[in-house]
Amino acid sequence: MDFQVVILAGGFSSTLFPLVSKEVPKALLPVANRPVLSYVLDLLESNNLKDLIVVVEGEDAALKVGGWISSACVDRLHVEVAAVAENVGTAGALRAIAHHLTAKDILIVSGDIVSDIPPGAVAATHRRHDAAVTAMLCAQPVSGPSESGGSGGKDKTKKPACEDIIGLDSWKQFLLYIAKGTEIKKDTRVKKSILCAAGKMELRSDLVDSHIYAFKRSVLQKVLDQKPAFRSLKQDVLPYLVRTQLSQRSDVFSDQSNVEENGNGNGKNNMQNNEVVLSQILSNASSPSFHQVYESGLDSRKTHKCCVYIADESKYFVRLNSIQAFMDVNRDVIGDANHLSGYSFSAHHNIVHPSAELGSKTTVGPHCMLGEGSQVGDKCSVKRSVIGRHCRIGSNVKIVNSVVMDHATIGDGCSIQGSVICSNAQLQERVTLRDCQVEAGYIVCVGGEHKGETFARK
Amino acid sequence: MGAQKKGGGAKVSEDAEEQSRQRLQAILLADSFATKFRPVTLERPKVLLPIVNVPMIDYTLAWLEYAGIEEVFVFCCAHSVQVIEYLEKSEWYSHPNLVVRTIESHKSISAGDALRYMYEQQTETSQIQGDFVLVSGDTVSNMPLADLIQEHRERKKKDEKAIMTMVIKQSKSSSLTHQSRLGTDQLFIAVDPLTKQLLHYEEDKIDHPRGSICLDKSLLDSNPSVLVCNDMQDCYIDICSPEVLSLFEDNFDYQHLRRHFVKGVLVDDIMGYKIFTHEIHSSYAASIDNFRSYDTVSKDIIQRWTYPYVPDINFSGNRPLKLGRQGIYRASDAVQSRSADVGASTVIGYGTKIGDGDKILNSVIGNGCSIGSNVVIEGSYIWNNVTIEDGCEIRNAIVCDGVKIRAGAVLHPGVVLSFNVVVGRDFVVPAYSKVSLLQQPTTEDSDEELEYADSSSGTADHMSGLNLQMEPKASELGPDGAGYIWEVCEGAHDEEWKHSVAPIPKDKLSEFTQAIDDDDTDDESVIPASGELKSDADSINTDMNDPNDDYYYFEKEVEGTVLRAVEENIKVDLVTLEINGLRLSYNMESADCAGATFYSMMKLAVDTPHSSASELYKTATSIISKWKELLGFYVKKIDEQIEVIMKFEEMCQDSPKELGPLFTQILHLLYDKDVLQEDAILRWAEEKAGADEVDKVYLKQCETFIQWLKEASEEEDEDDEDEEEDD
Repeated sequence: MDFQVVILAGGFSSTLFPLVSKEVPKALLPVANRPVLSYVLDLLESNNLKDLIVVVEGEDAALKVGGWISSACVDRLHVEVAAVAENVGTAGALRAIAHHLTAKDILIVSGDIVSDIPPGAVAATHRRHDAAVTAMLCAQPVSGPSESGGSGGKDKTKKPACEDIIGLDSWKQFLLYIAKGTEIKKDTRVKKSILCAAGKMELRSDLVDSHIYAFKRSVLQKVLDQKPAFRSLKQDVLPYLVRTQLSQRSDVFSDQSNVEENGNGNGKNNMQNNEVVLSQILSNASSPSFHQVYESGLDSRKTHKCCVYIADESKYFVRLNSIQAFMDVNRDVIGDANHLSGYSFSAHHNIVHPSAELGSKTTVGPHCMLGEGSQVGDKCSVKRSVIGRHCRIGSNVKIVNSVVMDHATIGDGCSIQGSVICSNAQLQERVTLRDCQVEAGYIVCVGGEHKGETFARK
Repeated sequence: MGAQKKGGGAKVSEDAEEQSRQRLQAILLADSFATKFRPVTLERPKVLLPIVNVPMIDYTLAWLEYAGIEEVFVFCCAHSVQVIEYLEKSEWYSHPNLVVRTIESHKSISAGDALRYMYEQQTETSQIQGDFVLVSGDTVSNMPLADLIQEHRERKKKDEKAIMTMVIKQSKSSSLTHQSRLGTDQLFIAVDPLTKQLLHYEEDKIDHPRGSICLDKSLLDSNPSVLVCNDMQDCYIDICSPEVLSLFEDNFDYQHLRRHFVKGVLVDDIMGYKIFTHEIHSSYAASIDNFRSYDTVSKDIIQRWTYPYVPDINFSGNRPLKLGRQGIYRASDAVQSRSADVGASTVIGYGTKIGDGDKILNSVIGNGCSIGSNVVIEGSYIWNNVTIEDGCEIRNAIVCDGVKIRAGAVLHPGVVLSFNVVVGRDFVVPAYSKVSLLQQPTTEDSDEELEYADSSSGTADHMSGLNLQMEPKASELGPDGAGYIWEVCEGAHDEEWKHSVAPIPKDKLSEFTQAIDDDDTDDESVIPASGELKSDADSINTDMNDPNDDYYYFEKEVEGTVLRAVEENIKVDLVTLEINGLRLSYNMESADCAGATFYSMMKLAVDTPHSSASELYKTATSIISKWKELLGFYVKKIDEQIEVIMKFEEMCQDSPKELGPLFTQILHLLYDKDVLQEDAILRWAEEKAGADEVDKVYLKQCETFIQWLKEASEEEDEDDEDEEEDD
């Protein structure tokens, strides 16, 4: 299919500090000992989307990501890595790589999602309606931190707070309204013209935008060109397109000729006109949509369609955009959503690499993972945790609900709960951590007892 | 019901008993409490007006009877005698299945009053025993009610607060006129898609003619999904629990069922009462609210949507007509000339004579009419005993009983001729005229005046003033005619053609298309150009909408107050009192008052005739010195003073020719008069220093003044350190 996929892989995200460091950009954060980006790539590959552009913020990060990609999947996929300046936002990133985009439609996927929702379905929906933009929505992630204990209770109350307010038509095909972030704290204002055209609008606060979008390239580039101030796809571009879906004015009368021109397939140089919303766009739709009806009533007017694909509730979807999410994803991928991990689980519902060494009386519970070449001492207990490769773990260590990355060293008698130990970090003897994050290469001193702290070098 | 059974057999039987004991009751409001059908309703109550030759109330009663209602309370207000008389004569009083009782009250001027009256009566007679159906006497429907009442009762049992179920029906309003086919304003409702609870109810235009509807944020917090509909029509059929009556009693200001009661219930979260909706799909329900719905419903009846309430079936003692081909209903004894051409969808009543060469299409002609030859009648409603002489042309008109239209007269679309009007020979009645033998009432003391009473008493006063000036002219309908053509006064805010029987003229439609185009231009301009912080910018934008509007009105009001104060020389205390009142009612800050007050004063100065700038300055000086106390009341804080300066700057920018050159002078004057402190001026200067060059025009103008102030303040600082600390 004529889809180009852009993966927005971010850079060194500050929200994930100290997990993300100079060594590990966000895209390479391990989820069950695999970079998060690999989940996205697998997902796309399984949907036969193999023409990919990975956009990374910052040259350094791009080098790192590029290095990994070339080692991991050069044979399977056609991947280009593009570096863009930092802090340009998602829209800015697309603007920077605009010259790479050639296909008719662009699928934009966030690089930090772990999911089994088929992006192909989004692409198909997009094509079926010949939409200007198709967004994928899914039900609020059910995998709350409820089971992680500790701070779970507090977060749980926060969870139901909606992120987006989304207005759909009665067939749940079209996106009529979207409000997000700060806007939802205000009263919801719905434009009457759209409501009148659609008749009914269902406002949902239990759906979240999943950061997978299909854009018609011409539309996207036009918006990016015309609105240089737009920084974010989600915050700016998508709401803009939704808002203007019925009110694109064809101020140039030559538009009519453009229709034909475009029909003949050379729609490249008429960006300044509103060729976005040509009537031929609508020709694929199976039944006359309200857009069409609206258009037919007013001949001077063009519309474009904003569609949605709503993922099945049983599908798994999480964005790795916070430390909490990182913990959740790691837990889920080796737990409830283990079909995503690509590993085969043992009868104990865990994965212990054959080369890992376990001391005597050490137990590794279900929903755990122990990477290649790791050593665990005697009388240890590992529950619902991921331990990376070549870690050295002493005796009498308790690891619960935690993530230990590659090459970490954990001294005897440590107790770790709900924490993240990054690669090469070292915990000396009898350290007790609860809800802490330890930066890569950091050394936590003997016998410390910490709760909810972040360890990082200044 | 499963849950109920668990409670034990005794309870179930009790419930069943209770339900069987409860008679199905209905309250029928035989008064619309509106003036939309004037002048016809001056002589006959609306519910007795014939629709397809049968009075409206008969449709309502027949439907209620069919739907299983056992007792109907007919609430009569205007022309109650006529209603009661009619009911006494009709077969309804002796109907075996339906008990019809009439309740008479002349004091009620609204549905709210009527229900309050019912409630008062209730305490004495306890007529309403349980849930009841509330309809108005102009409802044409064939929907079944029993199941709906059952549904309502069960919901009520589960949830004490579910006091009302409202019937809605799908009906797409025109995207051009924003008006439903019944001629009512378009309706926006929000319901919970699962429980069907009504969450928001908004009629366009009456509430606020805005480009967007605004849902409270708490709505979405508490409901994961909200369905906002624009394609629903309110049938004005409500199943109510007795609490509704007491709610009306408690809230004595509730007048209109929807505008006040429904809104009130939705807004009030203390009592937590809930209203639910019920959508009907296959059955018909409509309320005749205006002439346009009269036209629409008549056509629906002729097209048999309202079956079994159609002209060829006797449902209320009406004499059934014979249905012919093409939907032509004809009375058996109607006399029709062979050369007459009676087209589709036409009704011809008993004893009516149709002359040679007549053309009748899409029209209803009542009983005992005599129509001369070569008459054209199209899309019109001719009631009983109307005489139409030769060669008349009638298009989209309503002609009441006993009217005489003399030869050659022409009725243009939208004309309403009230009872016994005579249209003179060859007279042309202009479009949308309303003609009556009675003069247009000049005082608004009728029972039916709710429209004015509730919208704004101000306009009503204004209007009656206008009416007084109208000279009664005898026979405005030609030399041999009789009747007054009413001035269009209600139409001032609601254009006549919108609610007329006549279809909307083409030019209006194209106007609408134009208007929508303009709308959308506005929309686009609303979209913030700066995308960076779009979400914020947008929210600010939407957020500001309100305050801006409010502020505009607030400013206008303050301006009016100040103007009056100046003219009538009212004491400063009183003016401040008044402005404070305004401030509270518009929820404004003290700074806003300062700005608005100053604005009004300057406006007054500018509006005072003046020939030169110096003269303007003089006026301004005198006004400021005279009213500085008033201003001083609001400019106690630095922020408020800055607001005044900003406001002034704004005004100067708006009228750079007049006020612009005086900026420094007046600023100085304000400083001299102690209205503004130097701190405020200096702070303003500081703030402005960073602004664009364009904005700095006035800052530059008064540069020397500021310089002087700065020096002065430095000196002062040396003198007095304490002053500094106040800052």
